[in-house]
Amino acid sequence: MEFKEKKKTREGFGRALEELGEKNPNVVVLVGDLAESTMVHFFAKKFPERFFQMGVAEQNMTNVAAGLSLTGKIPFFSTYGAFAACRNLDHVRVTICYSNLNVKIGGAHGGISVGPDGATHQAMEEFAIMRSLPNMKLIVPCDFWEAKKATLKSAEIWGPFYIRFGREDVPVVTDESRPFIFGKADIHREGKDLSIIACGVMVAEALSAAEMLESQGISARVLNMHTLKPIDKEAIVKAAQETGAIVTAEEHQIHGGLGSTVAQVVAENHPVPMEYVAVMDRFGMSGKPEELMKEFGIKDVNIVEKALKVLKRKKSGC
Amino acid sequence: MLQISQEKELRKNPFGYDIEQLKEVALRIRRDILTMLPEAGSGHTGGPLSAADFGTALFFNEMVYDPKNPKWPDRDMWFFSFGHVTPVHYSLLAEAGFFPKRDLLKFRKLDGHLQGHPSCLDSPGIEVSSGSLGQGLSIAVGAALGSRIDKHPRRVYCLMSDGEQQEGSIWEAAMSAAHYKVDNLCGLIDFNNAQIDGKVENIMGIEPLYDKYKAFGWHAIDIDGHNYRQILDALAEAKTVKGKPTVILCRTYMGKGVSFMEDDYRWHGKPPKKEEAEKALIELGTTYQEWYQHLLNH
Ligand SMILES: Cc1ncc(C[n+]2csc(CCOP(=O)(O)OP(=O)(O)O)c2C)c(N)n1
Repeated sequence: MEFKEKKKTREGFGRALEELGEKNPNVVVLVGDLAESTMVHFFAKKFPERFFQMGVAEQNMTNVAAGLSLTGKIPFFSTYGAFAACRNLDHVRVTICYSNLNVKIGGAHGGISVGPDGATHQAMEEFAIMRSLPNMKLIVPCDFWEAKKATLKSAEIWGPFYIRFGREDVPVVTDESRPFIFGKADIHREGKDLSIIACGVMVAEALSAAEMLESQGISARVLNMHTLKPIDKEAIVKAAQETGAIVTAEEHQIHGGLGSTVAQVVAENHPVPMEYVAVMDRFGMSGKPEELMKEFGIKDVNIVEKALKVLKRKKSGC
Repeated sequence: MLQISQEKELRKNPFGYDIEQLKEVALRIRRDILTMLPEAGSGHTGGPLSAADFGTALFFNEMVYDPKNPKWPDRDMWFFSFGHVTPVHYSLLAEAGFFPKRDLLKFRKLDGHLQGHPSCLDSPGIEVSSGSLGQGLSIAVGAALGSRIDKHPRRVYCLMSDGEQQEGSIWEAAMSAAHYKVDNLCGLIDFNNAQIDGKVENIMGIEPLYDKYKAFGWHAIDIDGHNYRQILDALAEAKTVKGKPTVILCRTYMGKGVSFMEDDYRWHGKPPKKEEAEKALIELGTTYQEWYQHLLNH
């Protein structure tokens, strides 16, 4: 499938912060020596008095943000997801989540599509980590516009947020005017034979897969599950009831991510056959983003393969 | 934007006690600690007793707050980075009037609000939950920066232990505090040279701590942490320092005030048994029964 335009989700984050800077004097931004990478440099340039460069010291940055929130500020801090979620976990857990502080985390460079930097920089554990923390909310935007809207929205809702961004230009599958409703799945395509539930860059892959399936006479619903926590149970149960088969697709480890979350809701409410497209419990490696997506089996063709498998299971009733 | 009182008189410690009064309060705090711990059946004894004196000075002479309005926008902020010293933390809050003293008898119990380590969503007077060492100083830096943006006259205090100086994140925080020149920040370190597994100097030496903070760009003051004159003078000096944060190294003794606990690291994390508490409380001029009743009635 050809998408007209490609853009970075992290740019959506950066542009949203720039806009928030104008709108809300309480918004402050911190970064760990990655201002351009995480695109907070737009904000830094316009609001230097509300921008804090914290150097390569992520644990400190996390809790300085916490302290700022105690004085009524709305701090956004950003670094690569590998550090924002993993190195900082103790600080995020005890200080930010246990205290339910109004701190927003921009986790950049998530997923295998980070590419040549290799495994250390390809965060693929953040969903599992962030979903397990009480009070935390987690959004995985699918494109530039959604990233921008999610960032703007997070400033309006009290409490800790983690928003995951990627490194590469990715297909723009929404547009400026499409509503973004926090906590509600966005139906990109209706279908009756199965549902593909995806998040992040995998929404574009899911749309492409749905097109391929259509050419084989299979009608697939595509749900963009941009909010992973709180998860939209209603949309999942509806998908299970109405289509009877589900494939999930995510740029994350198989354990504890979108697939696990959806499976839990399905098992609890309306069991149907499910298949998963995800990174199968292995670390990433260096390569071009596109090559890696193929190597790790998270392309549209992999979704199609899993769709055919789940339909077989649906038919045979297991 | 916060509404901050411009009148100077409003921004003062609600008690303003002198040294004799502070000593009386500290005696009550130590009695509270030794009574609540055997009742809880678990918890930390040594650190709370070593931090009792500079803690008392902060709450009853130094800091600006309103116990009846814990979120008063004018308030100073304090952070107990070493969360485990809840017995002294809670006792100070109760003595100041944030909640009744009888609550101390429900410390660490399911039907009380006083968690083993401080939880800001459960108890008043706590800005942020803590218990994982080495995090408080960063939070204090953030609170100091936020206050500065608002041109708030608030001072921010961070109470730390010596053991947690071993955490790398403390030094990340120290670096950033000096970099951003937060002179509204004052750190106090309970330098009792004791931690769980032994003496700090034997587990992982942190000396020369005074020189380390100096080298990190701080103003540092080294005092006897049980001497009220020195404590009050150091706090006053900290307020005059411009362009850099101040740290006060309070040289203390673990278990201070109880003869058989003093300077013994083994009292870090165990509560006294009732008989031990009785012995200790007699040294402090009361009895277990009498002080238990005192807590019930207040
Ligand atoms: C990050 C972290 N690691 C380990 C612990 C477990 N722990 C609790 S207190 C303590 C050290 C005690 O030494 P110190 O902090 O100096 O306190 P004191 O003994 O003087 O009360 C440790 C290792 C913890 N609470 N947090």
